[in-house]
Amino acid sequence: MTELSDQILMTSPRTGKISRFRIVWQIFIPLAAIAFQVNVPLFFRYLSYLELPLLVTVYFSLMRRNPIGGTLIGASIGLLQDALSQQPLGIFGMVKTLVGYFSASMSIKIDVDNSMVRCALAFFFFFFHQFLTWVLQRALLAQPYEFKATQTLLFGLLNAIVAVPLFLILDKLKERG
Amino acid sequence: MNRYRNMAVLVIVIGAQLVLLAYQVRTKDDVSLLRSVTVTAVTPLARGLDSMRGSSLGFLNRYVLLYNAQHENERLKQELDKMKLENQFLRTELTTADRVRALALFQQQTRSRTVAARIIGTATGTNSKAVFVDRGATDGVQRGQAVITPDGILGKVTFVYPQAAQVLLITDPAFAAGVISQKNRVPGTLKGLGRSQVLVDYVQNEVKVEEGEWFFTSGDDRVFAKGIPAGQARVAKQGTTFKEIFLDPAGLQRGLEEVLIVLEGVHQAIPEGSAPASGPVVIMPPASESSEANTPVQSESGLPALSTDADRLREKLKRVGELQGVKYGTASGRLPNFNMEPNQVTRPVAPLLAPEPAKPEPEAQRKQ
Repeated sequence: MTELSDQILMTSPRTGKISRFRIVWQIFIPLAAIAFQVNVPLFFRYLSYLELPLLVTVYFSLMRRNPIGGTLIGASIGLLQDALSQQPLGIFGMVKTLVGYFSASMSIKIDVDNSMVRCALAFFFFFFHQFLTWVLQRALLAQPYEFKATQTLLFGLLNAIVAVPLFLILDKLKERG
Repeated sequence: MNRYRNMAVLVIVIGAQLVLLAYQVRTKDDVSLLRSVTVTAVTPLARGLDSMRGSSLGFLNRYVLLYNAQHENERLKQELDKMKLENQFLRTELTTADRVRALALFQQQTRSRTVAARIIGTATGTNSKAVFVDRGATDGVQRGQAVITPDGILGKVTFVYPQAAQVLLITDPAFAAGVISQKNRVPGTLKGLGRSQVLVDYVQNEVKVEEGEWFFTSGDDRVFAKGIPAGQARVAKQGTTFKEIFLDPAGLQRGLEEVLIVLEGVHQAIPEGSAPASGPVVIMPPASESSEANTPVQSESGLPALSTDADRLREKLKRVGELQGVKYGTASGRLPNFNMEPNQVTRPVAPLLAPEPAKPEPEAQRKQ
C-alpha cells in the first residue's frame, strides 16, 4: 500500500477513535439542520440545494463508528424530516437509515478525519440519498418523481464543498478527553 | 456475531419503517402525533433562525452595505416620478368624471332628446376641423343633426357610420349656422374661420352690437334649435360692407371630449339679461373720490335701484328741487341752487334765483 492509502485506510478498526458529543448537541444539531432546510429556502431559494440533515446524519454516523448507532441516527433524522414533509412517514427514514448504516460501516475502515475523504463521502452519500429516495418514491408510493442525474451530481458537489467546513465546525463540539 | 447484529438492527429498523409506510398508504391514515411533535420541536428553531436572519440582514443593510442606499435612493426617485405621473392621470380621470356628470345633468335638464357621445378621433386633413364620435346610425344619429355641449353649440353631423359619426366643428370654414344677438336681437350667420374664433357675418354696419354680447342660435338654419349659446363677441367693429364680429365659441370652452348629439331638438327662448353658461357677472361701481358717490341712493320706490351716474345725478337734482320748493317743468321761473348738497340740508331753503315780490317804497324816497 502507498503512503496515501495508508493514511486513508486504517489498519485496524480499533485505531479509529470514537467521538462523543453532548446529548444537547446531538438533539439540537439535527433539529437545527431540519429547521434550516424548512425555513431558509423561503428567503434564499438558491440554498434549497443544501441537504443539511443528510450531512448531519453522515457526520454523526461517521463519528460514532458504530453501524447500529448510525442506523438509529439516520432513522431518527429521516423520520423527523418525513414529519415535516407532505409524504407518508418512512421514505426519508429508510433512506437515511441506510445512509447512517453505511457511513458508520465505512468509518470503521477509513480515516474520516481527512477532509478529502469527508468531501468524497458527502458527495457519494448525497447521490446515494437522492437516488434511493427516487427509487422508493416510485416503487412504494408510485409518485412520478423525476431523477435528474446531472443536477444531482452538481448539487452533490456543492453539498460536498459545504460539508468540509461544516464538519470542521462540528468537530469543535466534540467532547474532549 | 457482531456483524449479524448490525444487519439485524438495520433490517428491523427498515422493516419497521416499511410497515409504518404500508400502514399509512393502506389506511390513508396519518401519524399525526409524530408530525405534531416534530413541528413543535422545530418551530422555535425555525423562528429563531428567522429572527436571526432578519437581524443579520437588517444589520447588513443598515450598517455594512451602505452602498445600497444610493441604489435605493435612485429607485425611490424613479418610484416618485412614477407616482407623480399616476397622480396626474388620476386627476385627469377625476376631471373627466366631473365633465361627464355635468353632461348628464344638462342632458336631463334640456328638453331636446340627446345622446351622449365621446370624441374618439380627428378627421384627416390639415385644415379640417372635424372629429369622429363613438355614436352612429345604430344609436339613432343622422346626418345634419346638431352636436352641442352644456356650454353651447359644437358642430353638426356630416357623415354617419354604423358605430361612429363625423362631426363638422363650429370652427371649420365650411360650417355655418344662424345666430342672433342676445341684447339687441341682431341676426347674423355664424361662420367658421379655421381658427379658434368664429365670425358672425351679414350684420349691417348700422345696427348696434356690443363687445361682450352673447349670440344664440336663431333656429333659422333648421339644424340648431333656437336659444342655444353660440359664443360671446370679443370683437365687434365696423367693416367695409358688414360688421366684423368675432366670437369665442362657447361649446369649445372645455375642450373636446364628451358631447351631446341632438336627436330631436326643441326650440327655446333666448334668455334675457344674464349671460349664459358663465354664471353671474359682478361689475364693480365706478371709482369716485367722494364718498357720496358710493352712497346708495334710494329711488322713489325706496329700492336701491340707481346704478348709473346719470341716475344718481337725476335723483340728486330732484331732491335739490324738492328741498328748495322748486318744481321742474313748470313755468314758475324759479331756479334752485344746484350747488347745495341735499344730504347735508335738513330743512327747506330758499332758492337761489327766486322772483322778487313787489316791495313798498320807503317813506323817505316817497318824500323826495
